[in-house]
Amino acid sequence: MAEAPVTAPEAAAPAADADRVHFTLDGRPATARRGELIISAAERAGVFVPRFCYHPRMSPVGVCRMCLVEVSGPRGATLQPACFVAVEEGAEVVTASAKVKKAQDGVLEFLLVNHPLDCPVCDKGGECPLQDQTLAYGPGESRFTEEKRHFEKPIPISALVLLDRERCIQCARCTRFAEEVAGEALIDFSGRGEMVEVATFPDRPFSSYFSGNTVQICPVGALTATPYRFRARPWDLDQVESTCTTCALGCRVAAQSSGNRLTRLLGIDADPVNQGWLCDKGRFVTESVNGGGEGPADAAHPGPARITEPLVRVGGELVTVSWAEALRVAATGLDQARAGGAAAVGVLGGAQLTNEGAYAWAKLAKGVIGTDSVDAQLGDGLPADLILSLPRATIDEACAARVVVLLTGDVREELPVLFLRLRQSALAGTTSLIELAPTSTSLTSYAAASLPLRPGDAPAVARALVGGDEQVAGPSHPEGPAWSAAALESARALLAGAGPAGQGVVVLVGRASVAEDAAVTAAAVRVLADALPAARFLPTLRRSNVQGALDMGLGPGVLPGRVSLSSGRAWFLEHWGSVPEARGRDAAAMLTSAARGASAGGVATRALIILGADPLADFPDRRLAEAALRAAELVIVVGGHHTEICEHADVVLPAAVAHERAGSTTNIEGRVSRLGHKLVAPGSAWPDWMIAQALAEALGEDLGFASADGVWEEIEQLGSVHRGVTPAVLESAGAHDGVVVPLQPDRARRVAPIDPIATPGVDSVERQGAPPRVGVTEADEWPEAPAAGAAPPPVLAAPAAADPPEVPLPDSYSLRLVSARRLYDGGTAVSGSPSLAPLVPAAVARANPYDLDRLGLVAGDQATVRGERASARLPVAPDRGVPRGVLVVDFNLPGGGLANVAAALIDAGALVNDVRLESL
Amino acid sequence: MAVTDAPRIVTARLHHEDSHTLERFLATGGYDGLRKALAMTPEAVAAEVDAASLLGRGGAGFPAGRKWSMLRKAPVTYLVVNGDESEPATFKDHLLIEGDPHQIVEGTIIAAYAVQASQVFIYVRGEFALGLERMQQAVNDAYDAGAIGNDIFSSGFSVDVVVHPGAGAYICGDETGLLESLEGKRGFPRIKPPYFPAVMGLYGQPTVVNNVETMSNLPWIILHGGAAFAALGAGRSTGTRLFALSGHVRRPGAFEVEMVKTTFRDLIYAPLYGGGIRGGGELKAFIPGGASSPWFGPAELDLALGQDEVQAAGSMLGSGSVVVMDQSTCLVRVAWRITKFFARESCGQCTPCREGSGWLERILYRIEHGSGRAEDLEVLLDVCDNISPGLHWPPEQTTICPLGPSIPPSINSALTMGRDEFLVHIKEGGCPLG
Amino acid sequence: MSHFTPETRTRAQQLVALYPKPRSALIPLCHLAQGEDGWLRPEAMEEIAELVGVTPAEVRGTATFYDMLDIEPAATYRVSICTNVACLLDGALELLAHAEARLGVPIGGATHDGTFALEEAECLADCDFAPCVQVNHRFVRAQTADAFDQLVEDLGAGKLAATIPPHGTLQRVARNRGLVVDPERVAAERAAVARAQAERASAQDAR
Ligand SMILES: Cc1cc2nc3c(=O)[nH]c(=O)nc-3n(C[C@H](O)[C@H](O)[C@H](O)COP(=O)(O)O)c2cc1C
Ligand code: SF4
Ligand code: FES
Repeated sequence: MAEAPVTAPEAAAPAADADRVHFTLDGRPATARRGELIISAAERAGVFVPRFCYHPRMSPVGVCRMCLVEVSGPRGATLQPACFVAVEEGAEVVTASAKVKKAQDGVLEFLLVNHPLDCPVCDKGGECPLQDQTLAYGPGESRFTEEKRHFEKPIPISALVLLDRERCIQCARCTRFAEEVAGEALIDFSGRGEMVEVATFPDRPFSSYFSGNTVQICPVGALTATPYRFRARPWDLDQVESTCTTCALGCRVAAQSSGNRLTRLLGIDADPVNQGWLCDKGRFVTESVNGGGEGPADAAHPGPARITEPLVRVGGELVTVSWAEALRVAATGLDQARAGGAAAVGVLGGAQLTNEGAYAWAKLAKGVIGTDSVDAQLGDGLPADLILSLPRATIDEACAARVVVLLTGDVREELPVLFLRLRQSALAGTTSLIELAPTSTSLTSYAAASLPLRPGDAPAVARALVGGDEQVAGPSHPEGPAWSAAALESARALLAGAGPAGQGVVVLVGRASVAEDAAVTAAAVRVLADALPAARFLPTLRRSNVQGALDMGLGPGVLPGRVSLSSGRAWFLEHWGSVPEARGRDAAAMLTSAARGASAGGVATRALIILGADPLADFPDRRLAEAALRAAELVIVVGGHHTEICEHADVVLPAAVAHERAGSTTNIEGRVSRLGHKLVAPGSAWPDWMIAQALAEALGEDLGFASADGVWEEIEQLGSVHRGVTPAVLESAGAHDGVVVPLQPDRARRVAPIDPIATPGVDSVERQGAPPRVGVTEADEWPEAPAAGAAPPPVLAAPAAADPPEVPLPDSYSLRLVSARRLYDGGTAVSGSPSLAPLVPAAVARANPYDLDRLGLVAGDQATVRGERASARLPVAPDRGVPRGVLVVDFNLPGGGLANVAAALIDAGALVNDVRLESL
Repeated sequence: MAVTDAPRIVTARLHHEDSHTLERFLATGGYDGLRKALAMTPEAVAAEVDAASLLGRGGAGFPAGRKWSMLRKAPVTYLVVNGDESEPATFKDHLLIEGDPHQIVEGTIIAAYAVQASQVFIYVRGEFALGLERMQQAVNDAYDAGAIGNDIFSSGFSVDVVVHPGAGAYICGDETGLLESLEGKRGFPRIKPPYFPAVMGLYGQPTVVNNVETMSNLPWIILHGGAAFAALGAGRSTGTRLFALSGHVRRPGAFEVEMVKTTFRDLIYAPLYGGGIRGGGELKAFIPGGASSPWFGPAELDLALGQDEVQAAGSMLGSGSVVVMDQSTCLVRVAWRITKFFARESCGQCTPCREGSGWLERILYRIEHGSGRAEDLEVLLDVCDNISPGLHWPPEQTTICPLGPSIPPSINSALTMGRDEFLVHIKEGGCPLG
Repeated sequence: MSHFTPETRTRAQQLVALYPKPRSALIPLCHLAQGEDGWLRPEAMEEIAELVGVTPAEVRGTATFYDMLDIEPAATYRVSICTNVACLLDGALELLAHAEARLGVPIGGATHDGTFALEEAECLADCDFAPCVQVNHRFVRAQTADAFDQLVEDLGAGKLAATIPPHGTLQRVARNRGLVVDPERVAAERAAVARAQAERASAQDAR
């Protein structure tokens, strides 16, 4: 804390600067922004005021009274809470007088009155703000000799969080977080006076996706997380700063480990990204990273185990082999498969890779093997060239936009922390949300206008919204549009009010339903991009490093650096020596080709390389995925976990995951941030880039990579958007929160030091000598980039509008299927975490009460969902947020005896999927 | 001069059995003040109240006229009437609410007119079940009589009144705790700044909060003029005030007396008021203004019942309650009981009060029950000092609201007046007075 | 599904309508629910939450701040004896001890048949009749041990039913109408008055 420079006294008499006020701090002149709280103005001036209840990301309440300082006022100098009182012009603030010291002593002694002295068995011991500040500011010993308040020792307030009420100091951080930040006041103070306690409502646990944050910000050990409880002492933990790879938002984390196990993840206050918060899935992914140890699932760890050794199928069984043997088998198989044309090889997945891994695999696939059939998305995203061509908004820009159009799935389910940020903006009244969605979502209640739509409607509503087409053509339902004319009117007015041509507008684009072809959303996006040339877009692709993978060329028709295959061919031909001639297949086409062989047209896909993915769980159409895997002559799986896909694998190559790897990832806004690398992957798992390098060698070629950093150097030189993002830039102090590509020379930002009281565990570990970030950086400019060589190819241009697909009308007995993604689903991150796995909900069939009434169904009834492909018995749930004529069965949830019931119903080849709901 | 011939202003009607009914109210000049006020301009009404120098009767003694003038101009403003009376040994509002609810309604509408309030809330302590019924009945009847609602008495002025029940929490008497409670929340007092509800009050809108007795004075002031009111009493303390007298007096009760002209001695000893110490005993000490006020002894008996006079002597008139203790009283026990009250009623929001109140109570309990230790007295005072630095008067505070700093005065007083008593308790392992 | 009866639900909605913001009705609604059920049942708290737009945890959290609201089943007669300073001086502790013996329950406890609960109260604002006793928040002025015994007997015999309704019933007089004043008209009137005031003030300044 002490590193910050003291603000220099203004040389001249204070100019009439409306935004700054001048005051004295402990006798020295200082300045503050108008309205700035004393506590933060003092901190910037190098004076740390002790505190408990204050948290920079929540509104101050001034209840703990630890931050009392003397402030001069009309009634002389009085004790005032520095966390609540703003600096006034001419104020005299004293933080270190005898009176202040006595008040601090007093508050600390008071806090210990009812606080048990069980530090030796408390998780917070060693990183506890109460413990630390008592040592630093306290009276030394307590004179309290009476009986303390007693409560039953820890009680669970959710499946993940335990509450020890005896330790609670009533700072209201957790309750404020729940209400103010998460918007779910499932915990609240109860009782009065000394007996005030945090409580849930009976049988309504604190089941928020964000509950772990309360554990992180609790300034004592009152809230503890079941997955971490008693696992470690802070002083035994090593820490690196890293990026969460659970979803594509890229929250910055402190990854803490001990004895090569990932022990804990804490959110770091990265201002442009997660501002200190994490979702529980990202936070508790530690369990799945650690895996079940060697071998298959065991009782203590029912989820998928880690893959630790290379495996090759011999006589129907996977057997452990050496890397050399596995690579030899893989190379031989690949050579056979591509004998009739490199297009016979398909590469599926890659969103779990690092940027470096993705680049190396793109180079291997496109430059060595020679196939462009590469797709990091599993039929659940949007076309790669569309995503890469959209003018892009940062998260900050989205949260500051006047209007945000939500053409996406439920943000809380897909990119949870982005929901927190958007909710704040909507609540602040500065941003109006216009939601275009097939079901009500967690943002619906904050939206200024909601336009519900049915599968197939998106292009029509987009046209109606931008007003180019007064004739709202073709909403694919006999009843006409699901949105109201009034909502459309107000949405139009909001859009018009934002600015000309979409200025001030950010559009969030993603897939609200995987039961609808991506072409539908893509068409709507093109309409908006065409009509609103000044609008920016933020893709809400969900899968961890999907943006990095696409940026590195892991998509059909694109090459690294956000360039198209055609415009980048010459450049990469020069540097790689070989580039595919023709555009390849996307995931659905690859699987179709593999399943149907030559009948699907072109050179049939014969070999599939699966990169850290499981199409059986993740691809919307399970039957197609199964058929493809069964039919493929060669299936090479590169991954970290033993999932079902391994049953189809001929070769399995163990890969490092999450925080076991060096390198970087790219989030949805294009922010490249570095992964911390402290853990060693289990067994003989390798980082992804190294597997690509080794496989290339087995194929008789050399990618030329010897380290992840080496890969990045090539990316910087060849990637059009990566130019200038040198290792020096990435390692510079201003890049603690990552760097958005393409690099904006003036965008370097000051990075705040970590506040030890706001993020307790992070600092304590930092003090052990593994500093993630220290002091305040003054870096406003990026380090000098080396002179650029030849100009790289131009990046993809904004898409043009195209004719939307013709969506047929459903018959009057059918409901149109929507399948949205949920945070807790059958994916590895959840199923691999014993703490999270029980939280996966069972699939239900949700429909408008009107449709259920017609069928005589009431909540909880079992009904048959009958599709073209399959049928399943599911309980029904009425939901007014679902338009009439629509049935929702969320994706990758168990139901009807299947692990992923929606995937059994969906035909990926159809534009939309219609099902019938039958009460029998 | 023990009893002046000042008129009864707020208790004039109380001797009637049916003083709470609309019939009796109308038969005794009820709503005449309101009719007169409505014929005046709002400023003229406010000016009259300003001229009366009516000090708030809720405890802080802030001039009502000045409070109204601080009201921030906004399209929506509220008037909230504080009938939460829970200060120990204070029972004057209880009397007015049960005995003359229409007088409160009348005063309230006068005030609402003067400040042009958009809506009025009368917050009545939850434990006054009968009082709530009477207050609600009065409001219902006043609607029917045209004294509340649209176009009141054909004046063109309209306002709605809602009677709001408390639910048992002393801290909701504090005006900001009350506003929180009225918003449907825990009665956590609001942290300052903003300093006044007149700037930011109910739902963030400018709000006037006034006590029930303050309101009850308004009809008389309007009918007789502010000057007539100001002619009573002296200095800043004008008019009459209703004092709740309890403890070891012959005649405990609520007495309306002229301010300043009357002394504590008059109140306690005059036959018409307290009638002296019960059983002919001797006065040991008295609490002059509610549980939060520093205590007085026989030496202060001739102090005038005036706000500034009492303040200058190191205490306050506060809520207008006087508790008399004779020589048989154990000061340790009284200090303990008052501290226990604050510990039970601390809202629990801020650390020094939440933790300090319970700590102090535990120590005092030990001393009173025979387990005191020599070092306790020093700890008591220092813990008090950590709640209210310097232990001076008026108090400073490390807390959010004045409840915390209300704890030290009784402990400090008991220790100052009866340090020996504490020492005897500690030495003999118990209370010598049984 | 509603826990409240249709009549109670209507009453509840009327109460909500009296306030500029629904949450203000939270405590009145708790009193209403307690009047129906004798205590705050979880179902009632959930319904109140729905009516005023907060979570059940917030209703419970708020209710538990207040002494009069019970989140556990309560006795028919809640006997409250004040022992605060004025009553203390007048023998409240002795009366309380007597009450414990007479009812056979400790402070804070209730008789097995659920008829009586005994609580030590803070000042009830009836100190001229100290020690002050309330039953179900109604003053009974039973200041002596004998008077207390008589009270218990009368309550047990149902003789006081007319003045002391069963616990939970706070108010037998209900608000008999909603808000009658049109807020927009008020705002317009207030604005006009403010304008007139400003004009008069500036006229005065000019003079
Ligand atoms: C802890 C505390 C309790 C209070 N209790 C009451 C009360 O019961 N009744 C009351 O009218 N004022 C009470 N007050 C004073 C109010 O905050 C407020 O000053 C008063 O209602 C204003 O009305 P007035 O100006 O007419 O006196 C209390 C203040 C504090 C700090
Ligand atoms: S001083 Fe006591 S009552 Fe006042 S806010 Fe603090 S804890 Fe609550
Ligand atoms: S009161 Fe300021 S940090 Fe708690």
